[in-house]
Amino acid sequence: MAQLEITDVSKVFPGGTVAVDRFSLKVADGELVCLLGPSGSGKSTLLRMVGGFERPSSGVIAIDGEDVTRVPPERRPTGMVFQSHALWSHMNVFRNLAFGLKLRRLPKDEIRRRVEAVLELVGLAGYGARQTNQLSGGQQQRVALARSLVLEPKILLLDEPFASLDQHLRERLREEVRDIQQRLKITTLFVTHGQDEALALADRIVVMRDGRTEQVGSPDMVYREPATPFVAGFIGTMNLVEGRVAGGRFERGGFGVPVPVADGPVTIAVRPEALGIAPSDGAASHVHRVTDYGTHAIVDIELADGTRVKAMVREARDWRAGQGVALKPEAFAAYRDDAVVHRG
Amino acid sequence: MTARAVPMARHETDWVGIFFAVVLTLVIIFPLIVVATWSVANVWRYPAVIPQEFGLRYWHMTLARADMWTSITTSITLSLVVTALSALICLPAAYAFARMEFPARSFLFFSFIAGQAFPKFGLLVAIAGIFLQLQLIGSFWGVVLIQLVGTLLLMIWIPVAAFQNVDRRMEEAARDVGAGPLRVFRSITLPQAGPTIAAAILLTFVNTFYETEGAWLIGAPGVRTMPVQMIFVINNQPVIQLGAVLSVLLWVPSIFALIFARRVIGSGSFARGFGA
Ligand SMILES: Nc1ncnc2c1ncn2[C@@H]1O[C@H](COP(=O)(O)OP(=O)(O)O)[C@@H](O)[C@H]1O
Ligand SMILES: [Mg+2]
Repeated sequence: MAQLEITDVSKVFPGGTVAVDRFSLKVADGELVCLLGPSGSGKSTLLRMVGGFERPSSGVIAIDGEDVTRVPPERRPTGMVFQSHALWSHMNVFRNLAFGLKLRRLPKDEIRRRVEAVLELVGLAGYGARQTNQLSGGQQQRVALARSLVLEPKILLLDEPFASLDQHLRERLREEVRDIQQRLKITTLFVTHGQDEALALADRIVVMRDGRTEQVGSPDMVYREPATPFVAGFIGTMNLVEGRVAGGRFERGGFGVPVPVADGPVTIAVRPEALGIAPSDGAASHVHRVTDYGTHAIVDIELADGTRVKAMVREARDWRAGQGVALKPEAFAAYRDDAVVHRG
Repeated sequence: MTARAVPMARHETDWVGIFFAVVLTLVIIFPLIVVATWSVANVWRYPAVIPQEFGLRYWHMTLARADMWTSITTSITLSLVVTALSALICLPAAYAFARMEFPARSFLFFSFIAGQAFPKFGLLVAIAGIFLQLQLIGSFWGVVLIQLVGTLLLMIWIPVAAFQNVDRRMEEAARDVGAGPLRVFRSITLPQAGPTIAAAILLTFVNTFYETEGAWLIGAPGVRTMPVQMIFVINNQPVIQLGAVLSVLLWVPSIFALIFARRVIGSGSFARGFGA
């Protein structure tokens, strides 16, 4: 039903900060796209332009083919959930949810019916009479979500909605949002700086850096085949070892892999789970520390030149600090000039 | 408060608190009691601690005067008009100050400060000169104008602080669900800033009620407010009891303002009452 199209959008703030730089993205009907990037990469600015709170310096934003670039927020078919929930503290829950419906001049019983339905949807049936400050952080965010959903927006926008909640609650709300989104089939743009959140939620992830797209792809794709060292380093844990290829081989402090490319600088990226290690007395590398996570353990290894890498192992007790190890990368990628030149 | 501070508070006496309570009583409450007692003393000669004869003689004397009632009406009307005009002019201005980035902002702020930094009476005399030419001297609207100028500082800068404290995300959230800028101001910004703005309005009303210099300089001889009337009466009839009665009469707006303030600012019902 609803499709979002962002074409060549830039935002330059007074003072010269380029927050978003020629950004383009199409979000299909019912799709959930995560904007993922470190703080300051322009995610919020982009979202706020879609919601109408910032005016793009250039470019076009269209919803269902209709150009809304210059439409003020109150006349856009978008619904925004803010990180700080931004509930109106002088109104109770019911009135927070009913405000937008009243502006649309719906009949009273229709308003009541829709508010009750949406409260049910977010798991807060019967909370209408509560004051907003009598709710927990998670409940407040649920009300904020409900406030947007009750108006049935074409595009749902969420700006790090769970960032201020604790880990446990965050994971639960994440699942609820995903459930609700799929049930309503609502086109959604979700901003986060947490890669686990993006991986868990998204149909597609847009990795942003300095206001630009670094990579777009499914969570699986972005995780398995990061297009640049930046993406590789940002998503999941990744060993990034810089060095040179000489004669088709990369070597650094006892870490060596074949890289069939021309001689020159490269960055090798290996996931800890793809870095095989074996005990080897007299090897150039040794175990620096072992951290047990219960389900698995992470072995920190110091290469001959002092560089550290991480390897994932099953059992912590098989390893001890100081022990010599041989490294056998099972899967890796080699990057040169911000692009993949070889996967092995 | 930390968990440890609670048992400690039981053992230690709050000397600072007691000190301030005593000082406050001596400085404010005690003089008030003395003045109130004087107003109902028909006879009170030194060295008696309480009056020899209580009675309402001076109240009757005061309230029997027609010019007294005129001045009361004048003061109330004047204060209401000035406060209403001040709010009408200053609240939108304060919102603009708080929300918009315009270069003139710091200049305007400075000009307000500058206006307060010079001796007020000199300024008033200069303004009186101008008003004389405009034939505003001795007129109701002349006094309104001069008192209005006096209220601007308070009526702009307290609301500016109040508006600045309103979470912009709340306003944006209201835009998001379909409210235009005016509706956002009425349904979100104003109620959020409500209690503080109510305080500014109350202070403006009371300050205007008690303002004397401008009212006297511009108002005389045609317009006589209560404080001006009080000076006039005391100058003509220097009797302590008369002064006391007039003082007590002048407290009335303060007491009303305080009662109103407690209900409005303390409860938060004011803010909720504004809701959409
Ligand atoms: N209102 C603003 N005025 C000036 N600069 C801004 C404003 N909002 C954001 N920025 C700048 O734009 C850049 C992107 O910010 P933002 O979109 O908030 O990033 P993110 O949400 O990814 O953390 C940052 O450098 C930030 O300082
Ligand atoms: Mg942000």
